Amino acid sequence: MRVATATVGGATLSSGRPESLWADAWKRLRRNRAAVLSGLFLGWMCVTAVAAPWLPGLQDPTYQDLALSASPPSPAHWFGTDELGRDTLARVIYGGRISLLVGLVGTLVSLLIGVSYGAVAGYRGGRTDEIMMRAVDVLYSLPYIFLVILLLVFFSRSIIMLFVALGLVQWLTMARIVRGQVLSLKQQTFVEAARALGAGDGAIIFRHIVPNTLGPVIVYTTLTVPAVILQEAFLSFLGLGVQPPDASWGTLVSEGARLLALFPWLVIFPGVALSLTLLCFNFLGDGLRDALDPQDRRETL
Amino acid sequence: MTTFVLRRVLLMIPTLWVIATLTFFLMRLAPGGPFLAEKDIPAAAKAQLEKAYGLDRPLHEQYWRFLSGAVRLDFGPSYKYPARQVREIIFEAFPVSLELGGWALLIALAIGIPIGVAAAVKQNTGTDHVAMGAALAGVSIPNFVLGPALVLGLSLTWFLLPPALWEGPQSRVLPVLTLSTAYVAYIARLTRGGMLEVLRQDYIRTARAKGLSEGTVVYKHALKLGILPVVSYLGPATARVIMGSIVVESIFAVPGLGRHLVNGAFNRDYTVVLGVVLFYAGFLMVLNLLVDLAYTRLDPRVELG
Repeated sequence: MRVATATVGGATLSSGRPESLWADAWKRLRRNRAAVLSGLFLGWMCVTAVAAPWLPGLQDPTYQDLALSASPPSPAHWFGTDELGRDTLARVIYGGRISLLVGLVGTLVSLLIGVSYGAVAGYRGGRTDEIMMRAVDVLYSLPYIFLVILLLVFFSRSIIMLFVALGLVQWLTMARIVRGQVLSLKQQTFVEAARALGAGDGAIIFRHIVPNTLGPVIVYTTLTVPAVILQEAFLSFLGLGVQPPDASWGTLVSEGARLLALFPWLVIFPGVALSLTLLCFNFLGDGLRDALDPQDRRETL
Repeated sequence: MTTFVLRRVLLMIPTLWVIATLTFFLMRLAPGGPFLAEKDIPAAAKAQLEKAYGLDRPLHEQYWRFLSGAVRLDFGPSYKYPARQVREIIFEAFPVSLELGGWALLIALAIGIPIGVAAAVKQNTGTDHVAMGAALAGVSIPNFVLGPALVLGLSLTWFLLPPALWEGPQSRVLPVLTLSTAYVAYIARLTRGGMLEVLRQDYIRTARAKGLSEGTVVYKHALKLGILPVVSYLGPATARVIMGSIVVESIFAVPGLGRHLVNGAFNRDYTVVLGVVLFYAGFLMVLNLLVDLAYTRLDPRVELG
């Protein structure tokens, strides 16, 4: 706070201001109880998912105990078992591994494409910018999920294809956000200074401008993860996503929905896990946006 | 105005052409075809089949036939069910999807906008927090989780509504409800954001200073501009409703286009998948154009360009 109010020469600003911005944002985020709880829950979820193979007492999710076929929740199997006698708790935790992994990798792909595309368009400006953003507009108007379906139908349904396809769908909004940021950033004196020191275009874009777009990028990344998880679950629900023996939450819900009338717990637990995770990511994303970027409240999801 | 519409329509043609070309060559690159299901068919039968589908001709001829057919929505017979034309399937199934999606969007607007307005007017009160918390939950629960949950509660426990199929008005309730929930929530959030922005503006203060009642200020003056984010969301919303209807139609066994798309995807029924995708792409583009036109009607500040 002290540094931010003392509006002095460029040197002081460049060293003091970023930290105070982040400290300020952190303070605002901590006051948002829903966002903090969501963050904690997600952290716990990720740790559980990563540590799943070493969790004491957790069954192998593929272990079949046909004597215990489709048993309701009990002290031995908290979430019950499926029709093959597999432990639903273990399947939900291992499903979370896949769902979270797809969400994170898909988001990473979209982040790489979106940030580079938006940064180049915004930095070049003029005709290049116009053409590049026009292309984004056109792509925006397409039912993009169809492209994903086509890719998955025509080619392999491998998990790599899924990563690529989901990343390809999600980069458009990121490109728009970064471009808007870059357009205003490139006018600023520190960019001019970098250029005066002889930095090339690539260095200016990726070393000087992109790091300054971090706030909005973090916010939007947090909101992209649930979008990708949702899309993966959507595809897996239709049977086009993760293929057996792997199972994501979407697969589990899809399998459970088929036996809904008989064994409702098979759809309830993965469904709740998926919905809670999405809800927490959305709460965290909203909280981060309020903390980092109080003005912009319009662009969501 | 006319030039704007003309330019947009002219831009639609190359876009659709790019999609059609891309999908055509993707399909040719992909493994399999109409005879994937049969394991070993005699060479003569295979040649016959290829001839029936025009696959024996040179690629450029096939491409031309595909394009000229696509203009008339004629994508040839289904690979899986050769007696059925893709065009027939589309004409038969689209009205069902349209009814499902149309109701879902209407309900989303009818419920979402008032909730958003109420939350904005009572910003930072209990009403606002509850409404927005519920809206975030509504956005977060996937329709394929909500659908089975509703079936479990309303059909299998209390026997209030039929759990599936598309026969009679009662059977419409669950699919429409499942599909619309996320959009009710999302539109409420958008309306709230838009209204908050507008309620701060000078002309609203003027309206209040004139002594207009709060209802008139909010619903007559503010809502007209506050609703703009919702209007610009209608295009993407339709795209998402279509995507959602694919799932909802699968859950509730609704005989719409989405189900044909999913079944086609499984059976590698390429002509059906292609036909449905291209049809929806064209449909969405026309709809986006209409949304843009409606937007300029509502906000005179926007210039058509």
